[in-house]
Amino acid sequence: MTEPESQTTTQPTAQSADGHQKARDDHGLLSELVAHLREHRTELREEWARRIESTRLLQAMTPQEVGSETTSVYDNYVEVLETGSVAALQRYARDLSERIIPRGVETHEVVGIVLLLRDVLARSLFLKYHDDFSVLNRVLDAYEPAANRIANTVAVSFVEERERVIRQQQDAIRELSTPVLQVRERLLILPIIGVLDSQRATQLTDQLLRGIRTNRAKVVVIDITGVPEIDTTVANHLVETVDASRLMGASVIITGLSSDIARTLVTIGVDLSKMNTIGDLQGGIEEAERLLGFRVIRSDEA
Amino acid sequence: MFVSILRQGDFLIASIHAALDDTELVRFQEDVIRRIGELRARGVIIDIAALDVLDSFGSSCLRDLAVMARLRGAVTVIVGIQPDVAFAIVKLGMTIDIYTALDLEEGLDLLEAVTIGNRAGGSSLRALSE
Repeated sequence: MTEPESQTTTQPTAQSADGHQKARDDHGLLSELVAHLREHRTELREEWARRIESTRLLQAMTPQEVGSETTSVYDNYVEVLETGSVAALQRYARDLSERIIPRGVETHEVVGIVLLLRDVLARSLFLKYHDDFSVLNRVLDAYEPAANRIANTVAVSFVEERERVIRQQQDAIRELSTPVLQVRERLLILPIIGVLDSQRATQLTDQLLRGIRTNRAKVVVIDITGVPEIDTTVANHLVETVDASRLMGASVIITGLSSDIARTLVTIGVDLSKMNTIGDLQGGIEEAERLLGFRVIRSDEA
Repeated sequence: MFVSILRQGDFLIASIHAALDDTELVRFQEDVIRRIGELRARGVIIDIAALDVLDSFGSSCLRDLAVMARLRGAVTVIVGIQPDVAFAIVKLGMTIDIYTALDLEEGLDLLEAVTIGNRAGGSSLRALSE
């Protein structure tokens, strides 16, 4: 009874002891590696900076800036190799991205310099262990995954920062994009600037219809002077918006159709016969005033 | 019933106060048409401000109602179409080719204008609606 029991218990212990041994070895190698990188910090960092310069990366930054940033990246890199925790590097990478993205540094440059550092360090390891192939193998086993993780972390942080900036700008554009303004009693104008995609078009319809309701508008002038181009979907959406506004008792005047847009609309065959279009915003407002029964008179004529 | 049909001078004001099912809608339609005859109304206002949704049956019901009212000598104006309803009507291609106005007050003004046009002669009706 006792024999098989002891057998089953000893086996895992032996295995885990073996595993521990290997882990300790790896750990020892890693700290040896870190010590090596710390020792040759200056020369490796300079070699790295030279490589960055020769590949013409980070041209948007001054040599001094590149110098100080590469020092920080180097130290962070070695620290990650030592501790195995990327949290500090992540913070630093995000911070760095925040500083350099406005300067026009591209993703490929950031990834490029990290990969260069990885290459420079790997070469120095080859040089150090080139006479003992099995040790070199194990050193690389320890170094490669950590280095990959670092490259990954930096690239992801950079891209995330970029996306954050883009999202922020998108929100800002969305906030600004479709103002509905009342210029006279029961007259709204809706100036549209920039490209209309279907999401913006939907939002525009929504705000317009709500605006008609709250301002009790009778006439709406939609000015598309600032719209560079229009496609079938958006054109049809515009027609639908006009129809929906009519259902809510408001007539719509569209102004500022550029010659390009006019040609596009004729070419793609959108039916604009039901739409009231007038050349420019001024004409549109004058027509709207006429519809509402306003008359604008200069004070010296009166 | 969640509807009311009131008389205001020569006009009828029919309001829907809650969502109606198909049977109720048809009954509402019949009631309005009958009342037009009884009261010799020249115009009908249908207030659907309380409706948050309008399906294809509902919108075709309203259109038929307008056509039938026309045949019995009354002009129909639909008022109080909610933004979402308006867009849904257009989106589903159920364009209602009848008079619409923002609310009851506007509807009465429009009806006033249209029926005066009627008296003066049917030809001016289209121009006034634009």
